[in-house]
Amino acid sequence: MSVLEREITRGLWTVDGSLVMYEEEFDRITLLLNRLRIDASAKIVFLVDKNGQQIAGAGEIDQVDTTSLASLTAGNVAATDGLAKLIGEKEFSILFHEGRKDNIHISIVGQRLILVVIFDERSSLGLVRLRVRKASADLERVLVEMERKAREAGASDVASPFAEITDEDIDALFSE
Amino acid sequence: MSFINYAAREINVKIVFYGPGLCGKTTNLQYIYEKSNPQQKGKLISLATETDRTLFFDFLPLDLGSVRGFKTRFHLYTVPGQVFYDASRRLILKGVDGVVFVADSQEARTDANIESLRNLGENLRENGFDVKTIPYVLQLNKRDLPSAVAVETLYRLLNFKGEPTFEAVATTGIGVFETLKAVAKQVLYELRRR
Repeated sequence: MSVLEREITRGLWTVDGSLVMYEEEFDRITLLLNRLRIDASAKIVFLVDKNGQQIAGAGEIDQVDTTSLASLTAGNVAATDGLAKLIGEKEFSILFHEGRKDNIHISIVGQRLILVVIFDERSSLGLVRLRVRKASADLERVLVEMERKAREAGASDVASPFAEITDEDIDALFSE
Repeated sequence: MSFINYAAREINVKIVFYGPGLCGKTTNLQYIYEKSNPQQKGKLISLATETDRTLFFDFLPLDLGSVRGFKTRFHLYTVPGQVFYDASRRLILKGVDGVVFVADSQEARTDANIESLRNLGENLRENGFDVKTIPYVLQLNKRDLPSAVAVETLYRLLNFKGEPTFEAVATTGIGVFETLKAVAKQVLYELRRR
């Protein structure tokens, strides 16, 4: 079990269980995704959480509807997880979809996140798998750091941007 | 679970529309999609069978504007209502921030409503949530049908914690945005409370 897995099992991801990301981690993650995209000769690399929220991406991401892609990826992983449990497996940690031109490689990082790599004939499944393995380890390290920071922030009670939200703020959202 | 992204200055929350088969969950989303500004909404994705029954989920991302400089993005999901899709329903509730229960007002669907509500409680529990504390709104849909049961009767049967309750006709949009606003407000209040 990795460090991150242990931390998550202990339920320490964040104070209230939701995911919080700060600029610094976002930059580090984006850097790692960019490196993976180049190393794996991929078109797009992005990271989604298991609930379908897109976390960061690299490559030709403006060419696709990443919000939908994130949600469908999470649905896909959730359904596959369900299948795994049905037959007594813990999970299927890698999913691969082969298309005529483009392919999608999906893998789980640190139990909670999903790494998606989209590539075409300029790369190969073997290369992608190899590079993903290395990148996953790097990503896990950043995630552990994120988790630690979130926990410390929780301990020192750093306010969420919503802590001082007023009824008027909320009403204003619906005034249009 | 909500996702607060300080880098992009946005907050993402997940709302799930629950209820028995053919109660109008997808119709709610379709109406919201039709009436929202193009810049507010993403694509409406429906994973449905050939006969337009929801097979896995519908998904609609919606931007509701900014609060304190943070963009609020709501991810709206429906579940498949048919009884035998229970495994899928359970998956979709993962990480939920707020639930809308869409009840079918027709008399013949009374039992289906009650069963679906019980099923919601069970599936929320499986995901580590408590139906009594999660942001939650009840919608009594299909109020225009002649066979609709009196509102008071449905309220007594289905409202279990004094949650906000709305009468609706999702096909024409009556009550749809009111329902959405009510659940969105509760979710934001919950974020404040944390």
